[in-house]
Amino acid sequence: MSAPTTTRPSKRPTPRPNPGGLGTGARMLLSSRYASVLVTLLLLVATFAVGSVRYRGFLSGQVVLNLFIDNAFLIVLAVGMTFVILTGGIDLSVGSVVALSTMIAASLLQSGWSPPAVILTVLVVGTTLGFLVGLVIFYFDVQPFIATLAAMFLARGLCYVISTSSISIVDPFFVDMANARIPLAPGLRISPSVVVALAVVAIAFAVLHYTRTGRTVYAIGNGGQSAMLMGLPVKRTKILVYAISGLCSAIAGVLFTFYTLSGYSLTAVGMELDAIAAVVIGGTLLTGGSGFVLGSVLGVLVLGVIQTIISFEGTLSSWWTRIVIGSLLLVFILLQRALTPRRR
Amino acid sequence: MNTPQDPKNALASPLASRTGSLVHAAVRSRLVWPAVALIALLVTNVVKSPNFLSIRIQDGHLFGSLIDILRNGAPIVLVALGMTLVIATRGIDLSVGAVVAISGAFALSIIGGSDNPNSMGVVLGAVAASLVFALVLGAWNGLLIAVFGIQPIIATLILMTAGRGIAMLITEGQILTVSSAPYKVIGGGYWFALPASIIIAAALFALVAILTRKTALGMLIESVGINPEASRLAGVSSRVIIFMVYTFSAVCAAIAGLMISSNITAADANSAGLWIEMDAILAVVLGGTSLAGGRYSLTGTLIGAFVIQTLTTTVYSIGIAPEITLVFKALVVIAVVLLQAPRTRAGFARLRSRKGPSVPSAPREKAIVR
Repeated sequence: MSAPTTTRPSKRPTPRPNPGGLGTGARMLLSSRYASVLVTLLLLVATFAVGSVRYRGFLSGQVVLNLFIDNAFLIVLAVGMTFVILTGGIDLSVGSVVALSTMIAASLLQSGWSPPAVILTVLVVGTTLGFLVGLVIFYFDVQPFIATLAAMFLARGLCYVISTSSISIVDPFFVDMANARIPLAPGLRISPSVVVALAVVAIAFAVLHYTRTGRTVYAIGNGGQSAMLMGLPVKRTKILVYAISGLCSAIAGVLFTFYTLSGYSLTAVGMELDAIAAVVIGGTLLTGGSGFVLGSVLGVLVLGVIQTIISFEGTLSSWWTRIVIGSLLLVFILLQRALTPRRR
Repeated sequence: MNTPQDPKNALASPLASRTGSLVHAAVRSRLVWPAVALIALLVTNVVKSPNFLSIRIQDGHLFGSLIDILRNGAPIVLVALGMTLVIATRGIDLSVGAVVAISGAFALSIIGGSDNPNSMGVVLGAVAASLVFALVLGAWNGLLIAVFGIQPIIATLILMTAGRGIAMLITEGQILTVSSAPYKVIGGGYWFALPASIIIAAALFALVAILTRKTALGMLIESVGINPEASRLAGVSSRVIIFMVYTFSAVCAAIAGLMISSNITAADANSAGLWIEMDAILAVVLGGTSLAGGRYSLTGTLIGAFVIQTLTTTVYSIGIAPEITLVFKALVVIAVVLLQAPRTRAGFARLRSRKGPSVPSAPREKAIVR
């Protein structure tokens, strides 16, 4: 792990006058750590352009805003996943935690709890679950995917324990949140969920780039041993990222209940794959240490555009979404290998 | 102690010490806990319904709860068999559930699309075609992992994501139901009074056991899992081995998929093989194969798979709500993983050495190997 990090500075050419005039700017962009995010941005623009050319009514502000409305929960989920993947880990439990959150929310509302208490309970449960997973991973040296796989099992099982059938939500606050739209401009509206999601993104961005915790997250991904030797709080941070992912899954679960107005134990099956795909497409290295929250948001939007194109197409069935996401995942993973040939 | 003058004693004593060391080895073996769990589950069942163990013959076929457990456990055994070899190379295959769905869907779509679904030739052709398809899918996983060097969990995640989509594409989003007598045999028929699925699973299991334990193959797989770089330097073609285990895992999953779809005479792209990867990983882990790769135990996997199947049966038979099965399984996985964790094992070792340093550690290590 540490070897590639030490060889890297020597690989990067020292800036010198560029006689070719290709532009140091372009070269810097290609070689910089923003390259993969730029690729994602280009992909987003390209897929959107394809949609706009093919379908009338695709190129409109509301279609763009709908991307945010329909994927608010996925954005929050991807933010949490970004933290985990930046440290070189993975969290497979997020989809089940979303389902568990919807179940807890729906069943508590059914038994007459007030909405703030319900939301608070959901957030506490999600964070606690993530925290416990973090403890297991750190104290018992269990591989992250095994620990989170077990958590995935557990959360899904708890859903079944609560109820096997779908519980619908009739609470006025939740219904209001589902139907409310905040007007931005004539004909352009967003839902409260989008505001929540963007707030989560902003907080995550600030934490990752302007706090010690954020720098420690990147340091762990670049080599836990060296981070430890530097005296960074590796232990605390490693546990923290799983708690953050749990919290984000719970927030996503609440947003998802706003979106579907029901709790169902079989909901969000495979959502962890969407979240991982969004993070990978957003340019975060699966080995950790490199990536951006904003990239993950772009990744979610790419997935959203693909889904929109498939729904605009009409004749194409929804299962194409999965195949396209799988292919994109493949392309981006191969791209990662190509961009970082030395990392193993 | 045993003087040669006393022939009776001389005969008895080595025998006694041999049985003693056998018990000793058994207690130290990794297989003992899963075996105890299996026996405990069976005993629970017998207590609950005394004729649990009885097997009767009806129309020349064997019937009984034990036979049911064996038959329903066959797909898990197969998937876990492939998974064991994958995990032994320090990998993981998350795509088996998707492959299960694809193979069932592919075979049934061929049989359903033919003029005569009851023809033996059509069924054999469909089975062969879906096995070849699985071979391609496994080779795809192997290619990504062995050639492109992508982490196994990520590489197989791709097929896990896209695979159910492919299965949906094959079934066109429907649940395919096809009645075909020859196809029904694979998952629901009988050969020599036994369910055919048991015989298929047992044959494949025996084949793998012989191939890996009677040739150097098993050792090569373990060496790749313990240290891929060192085994490559020692002349083991790690890439070929890794490529092979993923291909084999997909084929095992495909056979399991054929069994499942044949048993219910339907291919459901959404729910066929759902979470079977979890069951398979659980079986392997219960069987004492470490997720860190290296040494593996096929017998352990077999016991592990039957522990899971018996658990599922027990939950039904003793009247626990089936919804709790998943929570229970999760708690079992967590417990096993925590017990297997290096930190816990080190803690136990420290406890033991504090109690009495008289036990040398070398023999214990040896006992754990198999």
